[in-house]
Amino acid sequence: MASVLASDGLTSDGLAADGVYLRDTVRTAVKLLVVGPFAVGKTTFVGTLSEIRPLRTEETMTQAGALVDDLAGVDGKSTTTVALDFGRLTLSDELVLYLFGAPGQQRFTRVWKDIAYGALGALVLVDTRRLEQSFEVMGLLEELRIPYAVAVNTFDGAPAFPGDELRDALDLLPGTPLMSCDARDVTSSTQALVTLVEYLLTRNQENA
Amino acid sequence: MSGDRHLRGLVRPYVVTGGRAHASRNTFDAVTVVIATREQVSGLSPEKKRLMELCRGGALSVAEIAAHLSLPISVTKVLLSDLVDSGHIATHAAVSHTARPDMKLLKDVLDGLRARL
Ligand SMILES: Nc1nc2c(ncn2[C@@H]2O[C@H](COP(=O)(O)OP(=O)(O)OP(=O)(O)O)[C@@H](O)[C@H]2O)c(=O)[nH]1
Ligand SMILES: [Mg+2]
Repeated sequence: MASVLASDGLTSDGLAADGVYLRDTVRTAVKLLVVGPFAVGKTTFVGTLSEIRPLRTEETMTQAGALVDDLAGVDGKSTTTVALDFGRLTLSDELVLYLFGAPGQQRFTRVWKDIAYGALGALVLVDTRRLEQSFEVMGLLEELRIPYAVAVNTFDGAPAFPGDELRDALDLLPGTPLMSCDARDVTSSTQALVTLVEYLLTRNQENA
Repeated sequence: MSGDRHLRGLVRPYVVTGGRAHASRNTFDAVTVVIATREQVSGLSPEKKRLMELCRGGALSVAEIAAHLSLPISVTKVLLSDLVDSGHIATHAAVSHTARPDMKLLKDVLDGLRARL
């Protein structure tokens, strides 16, 4: 089994020197999802904000979507690998936030549900050149009752629509935040998360 | 998905987890924080020893442990579940899933993010 610890001869001391570990005082960990279709900027977004080198885990699924945690004996052709990128932001001595970049295809539902379970909310990244590719993931979030905000990733050459037209095209509820964002930029990406969490708070107040 | 049961039947037990596909307790989330509570690792499987060596350095989430060990999260949960039972690790539970996230928590997240702007 390939492993950082074994193959690179890394020890926990070496990892500690790289700032890999959490502060001893951390008591609460929360997660937010960063979702959207292929190549929309999920990995970029997570990498821009993460304080650690972004990490990746892979889950193996059957083509039909069942999670495979028994790897031996499974025919490679009948399985697909779902990669999850994630990063970490320490928000205070006690609180840490994890950002999970998750693929938006419905057939990965089982991996999705596992990772989405307990998430505070999600940021949906969209590309205006292919809006319709974000519909599936938005439907999935609604099904799982995970509140979300939408960020239009500003790709060069992508058409800029007026906000109203975009809201219509994406069929957003009136309260759902819609913003633009550059996943390569720290301030822009942080602001996108701030807008998402402000929305989560307002929503919570209204439902109280 | 229940339609795949016939596929599962063909699958040999995954060596790392000693043949169990699912954690005996379902208390681990991807962001549950894990802390090593024991130095002594004799008698543990090689995979569990690697996990303990990793965790010896400090606290990490389940997802981070999985990534550093190049294991799927699902498999990592099985190993961790055993290590809780044997007293080698302890956890800070992830935020409760059933309760609506409380206002205090969301405010703390918001403050932490705003402080970065
Ligand atoms: N112009 C521009 N390019 C971006 C932005 N975000 C990402 N990119 C570029 O778009 C490409 C795809 O970005 P990724 O972050 O790999 O996208 P992803 O969603 O993780 O892709 P998959 O994991 O393959 O689904 C990369 O070449 C990025 O550099 C952005 O905000 N603006
Ligand atoms: Mg990616």
